[in-house]
Amino acid sequence: MSFIPGHPVTAVVQRIEIHKLRDGDNLILGFSIGGGIDQDPGQNPFSEDKTDKGIYVTRVSKGGPAEVAGLRMGDKIMQVNGWDMTMVTHDQARKKLTKKNEDVVRLLVTRKSLETVVRQSMMQH
Amino acid sequence: MDTESTYSGYSYYSGRSRGSHRHGERSRDRHKSRIKESSRSEKSVTINAPPAEPLLGDQSVRGEEVQDDNWGETTTAVTGTSEHSLSQEDIVRISKDLDDSVGLDCKRYLNVALSVILGLVVFLTPLAFLILPHLLWPDRLRACGTACEGLYISVAFKLLILLLAVWALFFRPPRAGLPRIFVFRALLATLVLLFVLSYWLFYGVRILDSQDEDYQGIVQYAVSLVDALLFIHYLAIVLLELRQLQPFFSLCVTRSTDGATQHYNLGQLSIQRAAVVILENYYKDFPVHNPAMLTASKSRAAKHLAGLKVYNVDGPGGNNAAAGIAQSQSRAMIAAAARRRDSSHNDLYYEEAEHERRVRKRKARLVVAVEEAFTHIRRMQEEEKKKAPGDVMDPREAAQAIFPSMARALQKYLRTTRQQHLHSMESIQQHLAFCITNNMTPKAFLESYLTTGPTLQYGKDRWLARQWTLISEASVTSGLKDGTIFLLKCIDFSLVVTTKKIPYIKLDEEFIDPKSHKFVLRLQSETSV
Repeated sequence: MSFIPGHPVTAVVQRIEIHKLRDGDNLILGFSIGGGIDQDPGQNPFSEDKTDKGIYVTRVSKGGPAEVAGLRMGDKIMQVNGWDMTMVTHDQARKKLTKKNEDVVRLLVTRKSLETVVRQSMMQH
Repeated sequence: MDTESTYSGYSYYSGRSRGSHRHGERSRDRHKSRIKESSRSEKSVTINAPPAEPLLGDQSVRGEEVQDDNWGETTTAVTGTSEHSLSQEDIVRISKDLDDSVGLDCKRYLNVALSVILGLVVFLTPLAFLILPHLLWPDRLRACGTACEGLYISVAFKLLILLLAVWALFFRPPRAGLPRIFVFRALLATLVLLFVLSYWLFYGVRILDSQDEDYQGIVQYAVSLVDALLFIHYLAIVLLELRQLQPFFSLCVTRSTDGATQHYNLGQLSIQRAAVVILENYYKDFPVHNPAMLTASKSRAAKHLAGLKVYNVDGPGGNNAAAGIAQSQSRAMIAAAARRRDSSHNDLYYEEAEHERRVRKRKARLVVAVEEAFTHIRRMQEEEKKKAPGDVMDPREAAQAIFPSMARALQKYLRTTRQQHLHSMESIQQHLAFCITNNMTPKAFLESYLTTGPTLQYGKDRWLARQWTLISEASVTSGLKDGTIFLLKCIDFSLVVTTKKIPYIKLDEEFIDPKSHKFVLRLQSETSV
């Protein structure tokens, strides 16, 4: 997940589909995000590279739609419904996730364990 | 053996009390010798001709307290072999007597005499220039009017200014006796002499021989001489006083016995002048030299050496045993000592912790005792003047009245911190009277006993070693250079001085617009979706 400016970012991602839960007038997903290009990347406890300004999942509420779908704390969100999340501000990320007319959000998330699993499986061959 | 070191008995039992602080005043003045500090024992070297050990070889082990005048009768020297036993102090005393010859004083007086003669010659020359024509050919002189009188006044005042300036710069008591001549002063004296001689030469040839009648010209000549002398005086100020003010070198001075270090910034001086400056600062900056503090490390070192003995079994080497062990033997000894597992570090650690605890306990008792003692007296108020004269005391009596209550605690504390030889009962009472007179608090009174101050703080008789020796590889009149090292040795210790050049500092400027100080918050928000 290291980022070299000017080079495309490659990562092993997992597709997660979250169905939003209707709670009165709100549609909730059940997790919290942190990060963004307007935020301070040094205080992100989940990122490996402390200059990474991506959007990270900081909290997953128990039993919520996100946990059910397989989202874990510390995941970095790369795309939301096709929209890029690696170079957005915090507010833009929030907006993309909480669109009122969408019931389902399809995320591409990445985490360190994905990469190690893939590498291990490749080494076995 | 000839070179045994023996223990002579006058360390403890020669009628000298531990706490008191007697100096052989006579011996002090006569010999300028240093005052011994008290230690456990005293080693004296038995010397039988020819001496096998160097004369001042065991210099670091200092002996006992000051020379008792009756030491001749009261010593019980347990010597092994000979009847002639000279102790180290005797040897040092004798060698110093030889040094302290009349020659040194003669040099100083010669200098003073020469400079006075030069000064007189220089001062009287313009007057001579003015007066000689009137004496030698008064009738042929053309009288000159107001212009000359104006010039007379200017000569008079310039001479007065020159006199005052020379008095201010040169007529000061010398602060130190330097081993070699002061190069700049010698150069200046030579310059002045040449200058005045050339003026006299010109005067003699052109004016005296030809008996010039133009008196105004002669007066102007005299005025020009005085002007030039004032300029030479300006040169003297610049060379002698101003040039070394700008700091150029940083000198690091370390005392050889305990490693106390100070740094001084000096200008471009010769080595001997730098030595004088350092010594003047030594008395105020360095804590007083206390040989009693060094005995602990020496005893540890002695234990190390005593652990392993090397016996030279091949051939004669009795006298050389101390001086020269073969290289291989010494290396073997060092290697064996390193391998041996001794626990002296353990001892040191616990000993120091114990000592620390003891010092703190004694200090606490002392502080309480002194504070209590100070509460017993107070300054007499105005309205109490009617008290009977028996009750009213002057500071000395007041000090003597409250001294006994704190004496014991103070004595014990001084003994624990090994300072008891630095303070006599007399000096403590004087200090107490001084503090009482000046309304000082008990803490202020104790400060001089709780911390070891610089040598200046103790009495004048504690200013050991006014005789210093400058040891240097470069010539002592040469200037300081980066990397110059020299030693200042006195009898008990030496000061090692190293020189470093202060680097050239390049300063750049950077302008900051006051309006450019702007700040933003570091955001770190977390939103739940």
